Amino acid sequence: MRALVIDDSRAMRRIVASILEGFGYETRPAGHGREALDVLEEGWVPDLACIDWNMPVMDGLQFVSVVRANPAWRSVTLMMVTTESEHGQIVKALAAGAHEYVIKPFTADAIGDKLSLLGLMPAGVPA
Amino acid sequence: MTTALASSGFDWVCQLVRRESAIVLAPGKEYLVEARLMPLARQLGLPGVAELVDRVRARPDPAITRGIVEALTTNETSWFRDGDPFTTLTSTVVPALQAARRPTEEIKIWSAACSSGQEAYTIGMLLADALPNAASRVKITATDISRAMVERTRAGRFSQLEVNRGLPAPMLIRHFTRVGTEWEIAPALRQMVTASELNLAGAMPRLGPFDVVYLRNVLIYFDPPTKRDILRKVRQVMRPDGWLFLGAAETTLGVDDTWERVPCGRGSAYRPTKGN
Repeated sequence: MRALVIDDSRAMRRIVASILEGFGYETRPAGHGREALDVLEEGWVPDLACIDWNMPVMDGLQFVSVVRANPAWRSVTLMMVTTESEHGQIVKALAAGAHEYVIKPFTADAIGDKLSLLGLMPAGVPA
Repeated sequence: MTTALASSGFDWVCQLVRRESAIVLAPGKEYLVEARLMPLARQLGLPGVAELVDRVRARPDPAITRGIVEALTTNETSWFRDGDPFTTLTSTVVPALQAARRPTEEIKIWSAACSSGQEAYTIGMLLADALPNAASRVKITATDISRAMVERTRAGRFSQLEVNRGLPAPMLIRHFTRVGTEWEIAPALRQMVTASELNLAGAMPRLGPFDVVYLRNVLIYFDPPTKRDILRKVRQVMRPDGWLFLGAAETTLGVDDTWERVPCGRGSAYRPTKGN
């Protein structure tokens, strides 16, 4: 399984990537939405994208909208991982096409629970 | 400076927990006792768990004793824990109950060992989405040995970290509102759930009769005679065509043969055999 980890904080990218790698994922980092689109356009289409909301150049919500508008990337599951925790923000992200939403701070177990819910826990990893 | 918990202290804690809850703490669980009791020790201004045990042995105090038992009998919980028992509820159990009951007949569900309420409210959310008249028809009884957990279930408020644990985002926005730093379950769901204290190993109050019982990740803590006794009491408060869900590592097989195992999804449910 592959995951694209999109966050402008290098430390946060490392945390999310190491949790996913612990579950058996191959990961690639991107510092903002535009950089993440470059990865998709080069043909590296992941099973999952973990997306911060507030980033320079292209924010997480814009990235979600662009990915959802392209049928070629329909297989990518989009999970927001953000400090935005207002009810209305979650409604907005899901309306734009995000499948799941994790609010920072989170634990590795929280990510694992969401992967199980989404059917994205690699085989052999206890759910 | 803290001192390590001596084996006599560990044995004393094991005996206390066994006596109060029938839960068996296996040898080698010293780390668990240390980890779970440290917050209580700190709360009382004591340097460590050994000092906590020494103090309560020297000067018995019911509040501290209760705190020790609660700390060691409270288990981790999350929304939709283990998935299958919940998907089975909507895919198999609800259609069966709809076929077998009158359209307005109450559906009674018991979340035994409910911890902070996630299981009871998960059931409530699923039934609210599956049955148009769920608010008037569904009654969920949530019980736990811990008074603190029962109070938390009644409050229906969850921290940010708790709602992150396995609650699907669409359900979060549909059934919760944000209150300060917490999330509060919708009043209609809170009204579906009645929470009370109950020690499964003790005398069973008048309950039920239940259509569905969730008794998950509880039996593993008890010895075989207590398991059998709990299963017998559960059967007595269930309707003859009811459904019992146990934890993934638990079974009635070899413990109590008055249950029939029914494969459901990737897991199993248990139903009382006829004539029992």
